[in-house]
Parts: sequence; structure tokens; C-alpha cells
Amino acid sequence: MRMSETIAPDVITADVITTDVLVIGAGPVGIFAVFELGLLDMRCHLVDILDRPGGQCAELYPEKPIYDIPGYPVVGAQELVEKLMEQARPFSPVFHYSQMVETVARLPEGGFAVTTDLGTLFHAKVVVIAAGGGSFQPKRPPVPGIEAYEGTSVFYAVRRMEAFRDQDVLIVGGGDSALDWTLNLQPIARRVTLMHRRDEFRAAPHSVEQMRHLVAEGRLDLVLGQVTGLSGADGHLSGVHVKLNDGSARTIQATRMLPFFGLTMKLGPIADWGLNLHENLIPVDTEKFETSEPGIFAVGDINTYPGKLKLILSGFHEVALMAQAAKRIVAPGQRIVFQYTTSSTSLQKKLGVS
Amino acid sequence: MPKITFISAAGAEQTVEAEIGSTVMENAIRNMVPGIEAECGGACACATCHVYVDEAWYAKVGAPEPMEEDMLDFAYDVRPTSRLSCQIKVTAALDGLVVRTPERQA
Ligand SMILES: Cc1cc2nc3c(=O)[nH]c(=O)nc-3n(C[C@H](O)[C@H](O)[C@H](O)COP(=O)(O)OP(=O)(O)OC[C@H]3O[C@@H](n4cnc5c(N)ncnc54)[C@H](O)[C@@H]3O)c2cc1C
Ligand code: FES
Repeated sequence: MRMSETIAPDVITADVITTDVLVIGAGPVGIFAVFELGLLDMRCHLVDILDRPGGQCAELYPEKPIYDIPGYPVVGAQELVEKLMEQARPFSPVFHYSQMVETVARLPEGGFAVTTDLGTLFHAKVVVIAAGGGSFQPKRPPVPGIEAYEGTSVFYAVRRMEAFRDQDVLIVGGGDSALDWTLNLQPIARRVTLMHRRDEFRAAPHSVEQMRHLVAEGRLDLVLGQVTGLSGADGHLSGVHVKLNDGSARTIQATRMLPFFGLTMKLGPIADWGLNLHENLIPVDTEKFETSEPGIFAVGDINTYPGKLKLILSGFHEVALMAQAAKRIVAPGQRIVFQYTTSSTSLQKKLGVS
Repeated sequence: MPKITFISAAGAEQTVEAEIGSTVMENAIRNMVPGIEAECGGACACATCHVYVDEAWYAKVGAPEPMEEDMLDFAYDVRPTSRLSCQIKVTAALDGLVVRTPERQA
């Protein structure tokens, strides 16, 4: 939806969540935005496609130490996320997980309508894009020609189990997603084959146990190997060519394939919001971190400006300045008094410490 | 300084000097060796620095730790001598190491 368009009236009749600020992305920078906006009395709702806060820190390197957060000689990435959540808590942010923001459109009366792929609708005075490297999306395995089967026979998530009923399903992977869907689809599919490159699984031990039990009973096939190619016509899969661990080749009969090869970051729907983009990043000014659309800000890894560094501490700085500019939109005409958290009784009241 | 030779899937060879204590991936990136992407910068979180260690060197380089083995699940065309090059530390004993880059990274 282009920025100039206004949304159709029938969309407005859905339940609307009204908020001062809608933050897209709950990575470290999005969470800290809640804090800086909160100090200036703005309330936030956040949307993230992941099922928990923390963005890259939580998804890509939770166990790793970070050494360049000011004041922490060393802090674990997950630990930093927990501290940021604790710091944001006084401002009661509302998180909407496991959904992706799809559209952002200007409302005729001012502000923005934001919708997600789960149908959640927000009206916000200000939109803050803290989308990092983009939305986390399932990785496409580098199997030649796989694109042709996507959406018809190859799926990276199960939206409707019915689509797998009475099908020959091949599930590839060894983590929780692979094992969970193996166990869930086994009763309704014609046949389920689980393929993994080794006989060890990262998934929860009890799912692995259940899987092995089904294999022992002959109700599930387990194959150790890797996908090398696909065959079928018009996007309809009929067979998956695999290399078995003993070096031999085989074709597994399959009409549906579910590969689980982890997540990667893709820009996603942000490209359709009518914003200026530069190499998949959103150019902003360095005073307010506002995009080409007034009222929409971009902070953290997703933005670009001369000298930009993709560091957490840069994102923290950006949200502090952005919050000042957002305040002028949310409460026009209200005077903004610069205050320190150390000494301001009014800030301390907001933080619940005095 | 120890030397490392990278051989591409097409057979192109490139030999680089590697500082002791650095990772094989870092040397590939520093010398712009094609075929190594290293999206996550060495955090064992992306599997785009996948290499095949030359058979003759595999025993010296050693097998992957469990965390790396888990991440190898996300790589493409994994073989018995597959390693993630960001998890191989250069030592004096690895002078002359030969690794091959796969046809594609995941
Ligand atoms: C291995 C590794 C090590 C690193 N080490 C350091 C370090 O030592 N020091 C340092 O400062 N930085 C480090 N970084 C970089 C740091 O993690 C990033 O700068 C930081 O995560 C950026 O935060 P962010 O909040 O802007 O974005 P992200 O952390 O990328 O979070 C963005 C979130 O937005 C969500 N999102 C995007 N689009 C949508 C949408 N349309 N709808 C819903 N949700 C959406 C994504 O799913 C994601 O969860 C490291 C990064 C990696 C990968
Ligand atoms: S660089 Fe990402 S796993 Fe090695």
C-alpha cells in the first residue's frame, strides 16, 4: 500500500488498537525505544515476527558475550535483552509476537494505520521502524529449482494442516520445527518421511523419543541424507532426490516438502511502504532519524546515514533523539523539558523509583 | 606465518598467510577469497563459511564441537570433512592447510 493511499473503510471496522507509537521490531533498539519514548510519556505497542523479544541478540547469538555496551565490560546477548526488558517495564509496553507488519498507511485524520499478517490493526500517531536486518524468515535451502515448487508443494511453515492430509510429506531438518511437524502431520498425512543429515537431533528429547517410537512401529520413515534435487511438473512435486549418508542416491516419493534450515533476515514488506530506500536500508536524517515520510522514524540496523555503524550503542543514541521528535508529533505544542533521570523527580515517578 | 590454501569448487587455488590465533574464515574474508560469505561474522550462527577440509588435514584440524555440528545442519552438501571455517583456529601445526569451498553456501 502506497503512502498516499488511505485505507478502505471496511478495514477500519475491525478491532483497532490505538497507541501513541507503534514500534516495528522488538530487537534491542526497539525495546530501548520504549524506554526513551516512555520518559516523554508516550506509550508503545511493538510487533515482531519472532515469538520473543531480542531480535538478532536472541535469535542469532543469545549465548555470546558482547564487549562494547557502555558500562558493561561484558554482557551476554540474551542477558542484555532481559536487562532492556526490565528497563522498559515501567512503561508497560505491549508486545505482539509471531506476526509480521505488512502495511503502513496514512490515515485521513492524521497518524497511521498499521496491519499485520495476523490481521491485527493499529492506529498510531507515530511509527518507529526498528526492523534491524529485516524480518526473520525461514531459509530457503540452496536446492536447484526449489522456487518453482514454493507455495504449491514446498512450504517453510504449516499454516493449515489440512493442506497435508493424505499427502506424501518429506520433512527435512533435525530441530524442534522439523520434529514437531513430523509428529503433528504423521497422523493425517498418507506417509511422512523425516530426513536429516545425521542420526542426532537438536530437537527436544521427548519429541525425538516419540519420533523414534513411530519409526520402530513402521509408521514413519527416517532417512539419513541430504536433498540434492526435486522433480515434478508445474510446481507439483512428485519426488525428492537425495544423497544418502552411505554415498548412494535415492528418490523419495513426496508431494509435499517442508525444509527447516533455520532463519535468515529479509527486508520483507518494508519495501512496499512507500519509503525511500537505499540498498535495502532506510535513509534518515541524523537529528530526528525520520524517514522520507514525516511521522515515520527508522532506528537501529535498518537505517542508514553518513557514518552509520550497525552497533547496538548507535541504535540507543538514535532512539533518544528520535523520541524528542516523536513527542512533537504526539503532543504538538507541549514544551519538552530536558531532564536527567538522576535528579528529575518527575522522571523518577515515571520509572516508579520515587 | 602459517599458510592456508583455499581451493574453489571450480578448482581455482589461492594461498594466503594467516596469523596464529585468527580463524580460517577471517583469513578468507581479509583476502577476499570467493565462496566464503560469513554472514554472521564468525559467531557460528549462519553456516555460510562452510568448507571441506582436505582429507590429509582433517585429523590435524579435528572434528567440530557440538554447537558447530548443529549449525552444520543448515549448510549445503555437508560431507565427512565439513567444517565451519570460523570455528577453525590457525595454529603453527596448521601451516600448509588446504580447504575447499563448496559449490554454494546455504
Ligand atoms: C553474531 C553477531 C554478533 C554481533 N555482535 C555485536 C556486538 O558485539 N556489539 C554490537 O553493538 N552489535 C553486535 N551485533 C549487531 C547487533 O546485534 C545489531 O546491531 C542489533 O541487533 C540491531 O538491533 P535492532 O533492534 O536494530 O535490530 P534487530 O536486532 O535485527 O531486530 C529487528 C527485529 O525486527 C523484526 N522485524 C523486522 N521486520 C519486521 C516486520 N515487518 N514485522 C515484524 N517484525 C519485523 C525482526 O524479526 C527482528 O526481530 C552482532 C550481530 C551478530 C549477528
Ligand atoms: S561465519 Fe557464520 S557460522 Fe561461520
